Amino acid sequence: MLLTISTTHSPATDLGFLLVKHPDRPQSVETTGGTAYVWYPEATPARCTVALLLDVDPVELARPSKGQRSPDNFSLGRYVNDRPYAASSLLTVALGKVFRSALKGASRDRPELVDVALPLEIEVSALPCRGGVKVVEQLFAPLGWAVTATPVPLDPAFPDWGDSRYVQLRLTGRRKLAEALNHLYVLLPVLDDAKHYWVSEDEVDKLLRAGEGWLAGHPVKELITRRYLANRRSLALSALERLQAASDELETTDEPEEVDESERKKPLVKLPTEAVLAALAESGAARVLDLGCGPGTLLLELMADRRYIEIVGADVSSASLRIAERRLKLDRLPERQRGRIKLVQSALTYHDDRLKGYDAAVLMEVIEHLDEVRLPALERAVFGHANPATVIVTTPNVEYNVRYEGLAHEHLRHDDHRFEWTRAQFAAWAARVAEAYGYDAHIRPVGDVDPEVGSPTQLAFFRKAA
Amino acid sequence: MNLDIPELSLIALVGISGSGKSTFARRYFKPTEVLSSDAFRAMVADDENDQSASKDAFEALHHVAGIRLRAGRRVVVDATNVQQHARAELVKLAREHDVLPVAIVLDTPEPIAWERTQARQDRTFGRQVLRSQQQNLRRSLRNLGREGFRKVHVVTDPGDVTITYERAWNDKREITGPFDIIGDVHGCRSELETLLTKLGWAIERDEAGRPVNATHPEGRLAVFVGDLVDRGPDSPGVLRLVMGMTAAGTALCVPGNHEQKLLRKLRGRKVSVTHGLAETLSQLEAETPEFIESAATWIDGLVSHLRLDGGRLVVAHAGLKEEFHGRASGRVRAFCLYGETTGETDEYGLPVRYPWANDYRGSAMVVYGHVPTPKPEWVNNTICLDTGCVFGGHLTALRYPEKDLVSVPAERMHYEPVKPLVPATPARDDATLNLADVTGRRHIRTDYGALTVDAENAAAALEVMSRFAVDPRYLLWLPPTMSPPSTSTLEGYLEYPTEAFADYRAVGVERVVCEEKHMGSRAVVLVCRDAASAAGRFGVDDGSSGTVYTRTGRPFFTDAELTEALLARVRAAADPLFDELATDWLLLDCELLPWSAKAGALIKGQYAAVGAAARAALPTALSALDAGIGRGLDLSELRARTAARAANAGAFTEAYRRYCWPIDGLDGIQLAPFMILASEGASHTARDHGWHLALCDRLVAADPDLLRRTDRRIVDLGDETAIKEATEWWLELTGAGGEGMVIKPYNGLQHRAKGKPVQPGIKCRGREYLRIIYGPDYTEPRHLERLRDRGLQRKRGLALREHGLGLAALDAVAAGEPLWRVHELVFAVLALESEPTDPRL
Repeated sequence: MLLTISTTHSPATDLGFLLVKHPDRPQSVETTGGTAYVWYPEATPARCTVALLLDVDPVELARPSKGQRSPDNFSLGRYVNDRPYAASSLLTVALGKVFRSALKGASRDRPELVDVALPLEIEVSALPCRGGVKVVEQLFAPLGWAVTATPVPLDPAFPDWGDSRYVQLRLTGRRKLAEALNHLYVLLPVLDDAKHYWVSEDEVDKLLRAGEGWLAGHPVKELITRRYLANRRSLALSALERLQAASDELETTDEPEEVDESERKKPLVKLPTEAVLAALAESGAARVLDLGCGPGTLLLELMADRRYIEIVGADVSSASLRIAERRLKLDRLPERQRGRIKLVQSALTYHDDRLKGYDAAVLMEVIEHLDEVRLPALERAVFGHANPATVIVTTPNVEYNVRYEGLAHEHLRHDDHRFEWTRAQFAAWAARVAEAYGYDAHIRPVGDVDPEVGSPTQLAFFRKAA
Repeated sequence: MNLDIPELSLIALVGISGSGKSTFARRYFKPTEVLSSDAFRAMVADDENDQSASKDAFEALHHVAGIRLRAGRRVVVDATNVQQHARAELVKLAREHDVLPVAIVLDTPEPIAWERTQARQDRTFGRQVLRSQQQNLRRSLRNLGREGFRKVHVVTDPGDVTITYERAWNDKREITGPFDIIGDVHGCRSELETLLTKLGWAIERDEAGRPVNATHPEGRLAVFVGDLVDRGPDSPGVLRLVMGMTAAGTALCVPGNHEQKLLRKLRGRKVSVTHGLAETLSQLEAETPEFIESAATWIDGLVSHLRLDGGRLVVAHAGLKEEFHGRASGRVRAFCLYGETTGETDEYGLPVRYPWANDYRGSAMVVYGHVPTPKPEWVNNTICLDTGCVFGGHLTALRYPEKDLVSVPAERMHYEPVKPLVPATPARDDATLNLADVTGRRHIRTDYGALTVDAENAAAALEVMSRFAVDPRYLLWLPPTMSPPSTSTLEGYLEYPTEAFADYRAVGVERVVCEEKHMGSRAVVLVCRDAASAAGRFGVDDGSSGTVYTRTGRPFFTDAELTEALLARVRAAADPLFDELATDWLLLDCELLPWSAKAGALIKGQYAAVGAAARAALPTALSALDAGIGRGLDLSELRARTAARAANAGAFTEAYRRYCWPIDGLDGIQLAPFMILASEGASHTARDHGWHLALCDRLVAADPDLLRRTDRRIVDLGDETAIKEATEWWLELTGAGGEGMVIKPYNGLQHRAKGKPVQPGIKCRGREYLRIIYGPDYTEPRHLERLRDRGLQRKRGLALREHGLGLAALDAVAAGEPLWRVHELVFAVLALESEPTDPRL
């Protein structure tokens, strides 16, 4: 919420002319979310400091915006959050409004100073920064700033809670004022990575305008673009394309940004899909259930194969089903194709009469998302009640986890995995279920078999006993 | 003339155009009962005479008729029905819904009909059409009975008709008992005598010493579920006694498949003499022909199922699914006698039975026999009483409405069973939960009101319930949401006790209890005596001895061992209560502290982060402002506001810090019980809070390290001094960092005032605590003024609806109702919780 810019340029008070803000007259401007105040804590010929403070109105901020009359995201976070204190995108908006002409590099009173690199010192307090101090360094250092970022502890009363995501940022360097302002304008929201308003196509133009002259050559421009555009992939792509058109050197750099922990833990989806398709083809099934279909990865494959004349995707998450529906383009399929597939919300701990009478059921990487004590209910619902001739189950092999770099000891591959089994555990489960419900079970490895720890994933192929 | 018609029937009016069918229908039936082909033609084609629309019109008519019949409502079809194929459709429809088809023929002379037709402008067909209809009718008349119509009435004078509705034979709803319902006897006369004696019956004997009747001093009525005969040592003796009892009016009886087969044999039909029929036949050789004839007549007169006690009890030999209750047809009778089979046979060559009881969702209790089991088990409000007496098991009776089981052991194994007795589907197996029990738009009616759960809310709850909640067999109740009091207008306060007291006084509550609100997380504790009683009562056999769950039904701890450790401590503290309340389990409503135990991630990610940001930003802002003021700039107002915000942020940080402390296993954890919600056979929601708190105090006294007392004040709302004292107590509590208090009607959760349900509790939260909810600066007058504009109606309505569902769920648990019913109610609470409301309330 507070930003200060100091200079020791002589006379330092020229800063007032460049910013079009008189050093002796505090000013205030209404802006998104509250009021921006500008004043000079220091204004001598030797050193001049301007302060920009955004006084956020938390009650107003919490109100649903226009056209958002009943927000679905009705969480407490709307009402108690860091926006009144943090140097968020709201501060950036204020910056753009208060120092508009300086940002554009225009000055009526000191035109000769606009293109002069000034000795500058910038301080931003409570800067939220996703990815830690390292990312701050990555963003500002290539632009010629000396960076000091001091992390803020979460709560001094509970030292073991560690640091918060805020840093006190100090940048020093010699840059044109307009450049410095544009760096802040783009990079503060990038660090925050939680924009407060909807990103629309004209954000791309804003980014390109503010990034003119420095963004195209920035080593982490992809990270900057993606985060600035709030992870909206299609917008990020169009911005990158236009950036590259503006730059002669078309180099694609790998993102140096650290990979998100949860992304790394995700099991390889491709392997089980192939193994499941092979087993399914072998079973001779034509009418199949994909239980726990998620966003429809397997369904797409099944639709592409004419041997499957009736396909049911079932999932408990209506959000996943909506995504699956979009990915399968159900509303645009011709009637005959459309008739082959059905999506239903179902829960595998309940009996569901709609799932009875099919040739085969697939549970691909599903059972580990259920508490182990609830598995008997799933067994009764799937093997006992739905009772298809073939059941195919895949689940991670926990022994293989030691082969995943960066997967901490004792950690599972996904935050929602309630358990991961060894090969012996899975085999024992499959044998017990097969015995109880009259199936024969065979276990198959999925993926390359490591001599010590087996394959990454394991598959159980259940066929109803003759 | 009088027309007798079965109460539930499909009535086909038969007559040519102009014969007066519509007039007749209008005169003798309710307009909603009459489905007229003319009306349906108009409905589908805008013209009741458009014959080209007939096909569609009849399709619609049959559809509507089917819906009415399924619901047990009478249907009168007003169409000519002179052609055989038209009537065949109606007979088929009636059979599909197991109701009796009846034909009423309006035999109006053709000239009169022609006269009427000519008088109508819209009837343009010629007389030939009428004559052809008349010929069709003539040809049909004598065939109607053979076509399947159970009754055929030919009316010549439609003006002079009375209709008498005959009740179905199975309709004995006016007989209310109490009953002793007795399982399959199979010729075990001696055991039957022992059982009747044990039940308090006095047996009367003839001069030969043979039992011929029995009476109960309290006027109870015996009901036999059939299979009196075959296999056992004295089938004629059993017949003699039961026939005597039914003749004397002290017993009712439904036929079993064995009676049915015996009758066929006695009537000279060819049947295979197996499954113990040979024994009966040889025993009958000693009986007189008169006895044998009277037995055959008696069996012939038995009705395959009985509806008793206002429809709340159904007795049939092999059970009966709900859609067949009160219906009459060949397949209903077959179901009653033989049950439903899958068409497969098992390894012993016996038919595989379809477990219809697992799907049963009816409100009537169904009592039956037919399949021997070692021990009778309730399955969805149904129970099988055949405990295999003839195979050396027991002879069992169910006392109704008490629901007590009384049995006597067999004197010996009278007959070798073909296969060993196997237990029926365990009663509380969650295998009986069906998705259809919880999903879709649902209308739920309980003793506490009716409500609707929207399909979207049910869908949202399904995800939580199936992926995150504890086993549904353990999930007996969920706490309702709670509303704050009407908003205070007192300076600096959003909530204040005055309004809470006033809210209750306004609806007519006279006495309340104010309970200290512990700032922790809601925890519902289900504690059983041991793992065996958990498995026995709830069917959960994973070795757990109960569960601790959150307000959304999730396990409180991810670590099962920690849960068990907590349960062990609670169990030890509650030890005397198990005997006092005659129960193997207790359901406790509690708060578990510290808040950080469950909400650690939320506190760090949200609250502590806000505090950190404020600490990083505000002091620097203040020094920059001070520097400006030092330069003579006019920034005093902004400085004052920023200083206030810094102080508020400090207070905010203090507010959440009070609810955080480190825990290690059970160390540091505190549990504050404040209600004993239920125990075996009892919901304690009708008891006052004095009772609950007294029991909870005893628990706390037994283990003060783990358990925490809930401080309280009891306030008569007419007593201003008491109100003042309670208010001061609240100020003291919240001044010391407490969350606040919950005000409840003293008389308990079921308290009604002026005949209406009232909020079970109102939470009045402290000024400092509310910073966590409304933000650090909410106390600033300019913020507070705007925040006071908050609507409570929705929250209150939701709280009442959820509360009613919770009460009904506990009642259902106490009454031993089937799992699906309890689950439906608890699920609905969760579904309502997904309705969007202001989370700050």
